[in-house]
Amino acid sequence: MEIFGIPWPLMLSQLLLGLVNGSFYAMMSLGLAVIFGLLNIINFAHGALFMMGAFFAWMGLNYFGINYWVALFVVPVVVGIFGILIERSMLRWLYKLDHLYGLLLTFGITLLLEGVFRSFYGVSGQPYQVPALLSGATDMGALMLPNYRAWVVVASLTVCFATWFVIERTKIGSYLRAGTENPKMVEAFGINVPVMVSLTYGFGVALAAFAGVLAAPIMQVSSLMGSNLIIVVFAVVVIGGMGSIMGSIVTGLGLGVIEGFTRVFYPELSATVVFILMAIVLLIRPAGLFGKEK
Amino acid sequence: MTNSRIGYAIALAALIAAPFFVYPIFLMNVMCFALFASAFNLLIGYTGLLSFGHAALFGSAAYVTGHVVSKMGLPVEVGILLGTATGAAIGLVMGLLAIRRTGIYFTMITLALAQMVYFICLQAPFTGGEDGLQGVPRGKLLGVINLSSDLNMYYVVLAIAVGSFALIMRTVHSPFGRVMKAIKENEPRAVSLGYDVNKYKLMAFVLSAALSGLAGSTKTLVFGFATLTDVHWNLSGLVVLMTLVGGLGTLLGPIVGALIIIALENKLGDFGNWLAAATSIEWFKSMGESVTMLTGLIFIICVLAFRRGIVGEIAAFFKRS
Repeated sequence: MEIFGIPWPLMLSQLLLGLVNGSFYAMMSLGLAVIFGLLNIINFAHGALFMMGAFFAWMGLNYFGINYWVALFVVPVVVGIFGILIERSMLRWLYKLDHLYGLLLTFGITLLLEGVFRSFYGVSGQPYQVPALLSGATDMGALMLPNYRAWVVVASLTVCFATWFVIERTKIGSYLRAGTENPKMVEAFGINVPVMVSLTYGFGVALAAFAGVLAAPIMQVSSLMGSNLIIVVFAVVVIGGMGSIMGSIVTGLGLGVIEGFTRVFYPELSATVVFILMAIVLLIRPAGLFGKEK
Repeated sequence: MTNSRIGYAIALAALIAAPFFVYPIFLMNVMCFALFASAFNLLIGYTGLLSFGHAALFGSAAYVTGHVVSKMGLPVEVGILLGTATGAAIGLVMGLLAIRRTGIYFTMITLALAQMVYFICLQAPFTGGEDGLQGVPRGKLLGVINLSSDLNMYYVVLAIAVGSFALIMRTVHSPFGRVMKAIKENEPRAVSLGYDVNKYKLMAFVLSAALSGLAGSTKTLVFGFATLTDVHWNLSGLVVLMTLVGGLGTLLGPIVGALIIIALENKLGDFGNWLAAATSIEWFKSMGESVTMLTGLIFIICVLAFRRGIVGEIAAFFKRS
């Protein structure tokens, strides 16, 4: 069976690859949006913390024999705590200043973290074994579905929708949304906003680390893996707008899929298609697909 | 005013004499980046727009000049002009898209568009891919002055740098520059006064882009190569750092910043070796490779404690006393 002269299995496997990339975009842009909502800071370090998540998983396995499943829970917590330390020690001094300083500071943190990992491990990628439970592939008739990739999509979608549920449908989430709207008022109601800010940053960062652990067996674990991703995620965020949680998830997944199809039909464009779409969206709807113009 | 004129005259005399005392290639490198950082500062320091995509302007100009001079055999001055025009043209497109959003989004858009330029440079046939363009000849300026001599090249670069600096100074102090500053200080106010803010932003962006292109073209001629490093986002970050260290929104800041950062990059390895010899700690020997780490650290320190930069702090000190 063929579509536009492209065989079905190839099409499906690229669709799956697109969904995998899309789920990384979704998780990363979701974290960026949550952080931006409350802290008004664009966390450039998000990519570096993603890389750190992957590296911690790799180090845990190779130095301490911590397996994938444990790493999936422990690493986000560890990186999240690291994020809270960053917020407490550095970011909090910048809230009264121009937003640009937050970007510059987190850019500096990115360079520092990348530099540290590079000085220990160089730039070449470290392999990370797919966990035994998920190795191999399932025969779906039309294509062989690699189990691990399917797991990545399922796991990240679950996390994304859990996040959406917590923020949009629970009491804690309503505090967060109120804090995004008007932090002074929320504080007046007796909610400890600085703690909420720290926890939010920690949570956003933990999402990035979770994505990093998920990515470790697929991508090569290297010091540069985060910075390439974060720039694409920035474009995703510009396209989607950071106003809505669901918007971030949908835009991330959608762009991943579009990127996957581009790889089938016109491979030369696959690296740039997201940026081209960003330019088009800026021309037609500058506020982004789900954004609100202030 | 006369005092600063005397200051500039002394500085110019020092620059004319400098290649006899300091390695000219190093000086030319510093001047190219001082020009690049000054062009960047025109946006962040005077218009309040943080571009994170200036490497794309610098690098694509570097590629065009390299290609035109080495592969097509056109004269040097044509190469520089075409490079500058490339910078301006890409800046026009980038600016048109980016000024549709403000603040943090502006920065993300410039970064994303620059990444697109990077991928194009990686894939396009004429850029030489991972190797870049090597062995670009310096040729003869106007067919007369032989640029393969470092000293001749030095004075050409000096003329370009001084001319551009004069242009930047003139722009900043012109009515146009005042409007730019008004936009930086209070954009809604500038709008309510009847200024077409987007037009001014775009003009500032294109001017900055053209000068960044000029810096990139000149750099290609000095070193004889254009590579992917010139378009990589690392360089965009580096030019932000130069400006930040020297002082955002000061005329001399970017120049001081460029000098410090370039010197740091070039001499860090030597300094590390010296430290290793002095303290016999092996780790210092690898310091030359940890430039990224150090630039990150400087970034963090500057943003947290030193936002006015060196020139800004000095100016503030004199204002107080």
